[in-house]
Amino acid sequence: MKRFTFVEHTADLGIVAYGNDLEEIFANSAYGLFSIIADLRNVKENYTRDITVSGQDIESLLFTWLNELIYIFDVSSVLFKRFEIKEMNETHLKATCFGEVFDARRHHLKKGVKAATFHLLQVNKDKRQATVIFDV
Amino acid sequence: MVKKHGILEKIDDYRWMLPVTYKPGMKVPGIIYAEESMLDQIFEDKAVEQVSNVAFLPGIVGYSLAMPDIHLGYGFPIGGVAATNLRDGVISPGGVGFDINCGIRILRTNLTEKDIKVKIKDIVGALYSAVPSGVGSCGRIQLNQSAVDDILVNGSKWAVKLGYGRIEDLDNTEDRGRVEGVDPADVSSKAKERGIPQLGTLGSGNHFLEVAVIDHIYDKNAARVMGIENHGQIVMMIHCGSRGLGHQVCTDYTKDMVSGLQRHNIELPDKQLACAPISSREGQAYLSAMRGAANYAWANRQCITHLCRVALSTTLKISEQDLGMDLIYDVAHNIAKIEEHTINGKKEKLCIHRKGATRSLPAGHPLLPQRYQSIGQPVLIPGDMGRHSFVLVGTERSMSETFGSTCHGAGRLQSRKAAKKQLKGLQVLNDLAARGITVRTGNVHDLAEEASEAYKDVTSIVNVVHNAGISRLVFRTRPLGVVKG
Repeated sequence: MKRFTFVEHTADLGIVAYGNDLEEIFANSAYGLFSIIADLRNVKENYTRDITVSGQDIESLLFTWLNELIYIFDVSSVLFKRFEIKEMNETHLKATCFGEVFDARRHHLKKGVKAATFHLLQVNKDKRQATVIFDV
Repeated sequence: MVKKHGILEKIDDYRWMLPVTYKPGMKVPGIIYAEESMLDQIFEDKAVEQVSNVAFLPGIVGYSLAMPDIHLGYGFPIGGVAATNLRDGVISPGGVGFDINCGIRILRTNLTEKDIKVKIKDIVGALYSAVPSGVGSCGRIQLNQSAVDDILVNGSKWAVKLGYGRIEDLDNTEDRGRVEGVDPADVSSKAKERGIPQLGTLGSGNHFLEVAVIDHIYDKNAARVMGIENHGQIVMMIHCGSRGLGHQVCTDYTKDMVSGLQRHNIELPDKQLACAPISSREGQAYLSAMRGAANYAWANRQCITHLCRVALSTTLKISEQDLGMDLIYDVAHNIAKIEEHTINGKKEKLCIHRKGATRSLPAGHPLLPQRYQSIGQPVLIPGDMGRHSFVLVGTERSMSETFGSTCHGAGRLQSRKAAKKQLKGLQVLNDLAARGITVRTGNVHDLAEEASEAYKDVTSIVNVVHNAGISRLVFRTRPLGVVKG
């Protein structure tokens, strides 16, 4: 199964992330985000970080989760490529993220992502997918 | 009555009304500034829906306005202007955007095209080295947390005090590069953390440095006041914003306001329009944090200005004084401001959201420096990297019609993906080189997203605002060298 696909948007860039459950949808959304930022093929998994986020509902949780990852990339230059969701419900998420600190000699950065937005943001458990538009 | 797509009512050749009856919940009608030929594209883009969505904002005054560079954004359309009253009106972080005080400045020089034509590659190379750009770029200006707090409060003034520029630069910056009413405690520690390493950096996306040449003067007197005398004179533009600090402020307060919508009894068609009453705790805190981020952006453009002056002076072996690289003006085009406007003959303070729109004050306005009292505020409208840019001035008509606002740029025509499907980055680079435009970028792959083909023709955009009378053409420039973030 595809992890995510891109969505056309005039000024910005969106993804639809897929998954059999919320955990997988959230992990694939994060994978989609980092696939926009960098080419992940040469990224190793020698750095891990535990992340806990919360939101008032599932949409707000996805917004917070993705923006937390954008913040970590901005201040620590870490490219994440694998996301193990340890615990989650509609308002709370605990994850361990695996990746590598950016190394200009081996990694290729593609695009800056300013933020995940609430515009058209949707988490649809029945359709097993989520839509997010990023400001790039 | 002429109707377009069965919805938009023609007011005149440059104004189209979106009636308040278009969608239940709209509190005011919309007005789109455009030529008829632009409307199909605006409809196709669904930007008209976003004009109508903005009209839902509680306390919106007059009209939900759209400038001719309107295109689909998130929540607000880009090119959108909305005024809200301070009594029961709201402020919306989405009405400013994630890149708070994304803006542009233009500097004049004593140089001519002849002086630099053979050196343009060296100049662009020197600028590329002097100003870090691209994803994750870090600046060379060392900051700590207390310096960030100082920048949030003092903006460009902080930069000039530390030697990044001249005192006159402040006179020629919107709000003198410093809006008041900032409590650094309203800016989260995450936002400050992002701001520490990024001052003096360009960022990525559509941000750029451009060396350009004057190729047409429409208004000799106004141009002269700005220090522009002749065709062939060289100018320089700097386009960027508040970097990660601003992005984090918008992220923090958007989440805060989405969770407060129910409490404030606000219903909206798009959550990214999330807002709170200006008078509420969240509204006031956002206003303070947003102003801090705006000040950071002004300090950022001010530091970059200094880096560019040094780079040009060193490369050309000309003293900074002989270079005459004076700031003409600096404008914010993603911002919300409390401003005084006349509504039904009465002066009233309003919150003006400009999301991809430029302030456009007329001659004689008290907020203008002495120098521009006779001509009005310079309005800077960059085109894409292959085409012209324009400088205009504000007019009385913009005060009476658009809350002192006008367009901000070309406006995207194609999505990034569509642009890339059509063109390859290297091809774009070579095409521009063939037309005498030198481009440096750390990311050739994405250059196609910024190609001329991805943007509307800025000439048609400025013609609309000029003909509609909400700003007036002064001069036009043609690009010679560009650094792309």
